[in-house]
Amino acid sequence: MNTHVWETAVLPHGPEPSPPEVEAPDSSPDAGLVLRIKSGDADAFEELVREAGGRMLAVARRMLVNEDDAQDAVQEAFLSAIKSLDRFDGRSRLTTWLHRIVVNACLMKIRSRRRRPERSIEDLLPQFRDDGHQKTPSQSWKPAGPSGIEQGEVRELVRRMIGELPEQYRVVLTLRDIEGLDTEAAAEVLGVTPNAVKVRLHRARQALKSLLDPYFAEGFA
Amino acid sequence: MKARTVMTCREAIEFIAEYLDGALPVPVRTEFERHLAVCPSCEAYLDGYRRTVAMGRAAFAELQGPTGGTLPEGLVRAICAAQEKRGSG
Repeated sequence: MNTHVWETAVLPHGPEPSPPEVEAPDSSPDAGLVLRIKSGDADAFEELVREAGGRMLAVARRMLVNEDDAQDAVQEAFLSAIKSLDRFDGRSRLTTWLHRIVVNACLMKIRSRRRRPERSIEDLLPQFRDDGHQKTPSQSWKPAGPSGIEQGEVRELVRRMIGELPEQYRVVLTLRDIEGLDTEAAAEVLGVTPNAVKVRLHRARQALKSLLDPYFAEGFA
Repeated sequence: MKARTVMTCREAIEFIAEYLDGALPVPVRTEFERHLAVCPSCEAYLDGYRRTVAMGRAAFAELQGPTGGTLPEGLVRAICAAQEKRGSG
């Protein structure tokens, strides 16, 4: 069971990002719950944890893979959210705000853990001749994917290959293609420029394609 | 033998993400599509890239429902206890 107490939950770029979905303050369905939590209502806090926690744990599982890390990140995110609840002005969906907070908590976890040896992204990118054409022509992918593999196994394979990507590329691919953050939001969370996000995302997809080629491209055994 | 086009494979492959986003300026998009029409290798690369993105998104679909599932009861208890401890501390 996860029982860590996070005394200080300082997130990399602030735990109260500007959410993209804006509503009129009075129309927010979360306003009542937030007010109760702010007043110290423990039941209201538990209600929030039960209501939003499942979605947040799903985000953490996608970003961290390891279940203990994912649960730690969710706990850290809730405690950070409560700490900064005064700055939640009700103009956004609470779930959107919490999503960004748990993403930040996951990034903190990723940055704090020991780095494992990673392969170079360059090895997974296409190579070109001096005239700008591909050194090795790309092979078409099989229309139906690899034979004899169930869809569930394909998804597991893809998740495993995403896990093989160098961290800075895997994180961008996760934020953009899986969590659905737009370029600007991902750049804000990561503290990099939007152009850096675009470059990393493109390279991450290229590298993932290279890792999947042996399973999906014609001409591979 | 590959027909000669103005855009090279290196350039075409660099433009793929923006092409799929519909973000390429019209003249560049025209050149990009002209290149694809005569370059089976880049056409295959584009197809594989597009399917890679789709499979990446689908790979995690089973881990996320509309509500993302339920939080384990033990974790709910741990979070509430931590918050209570912090509040009283």
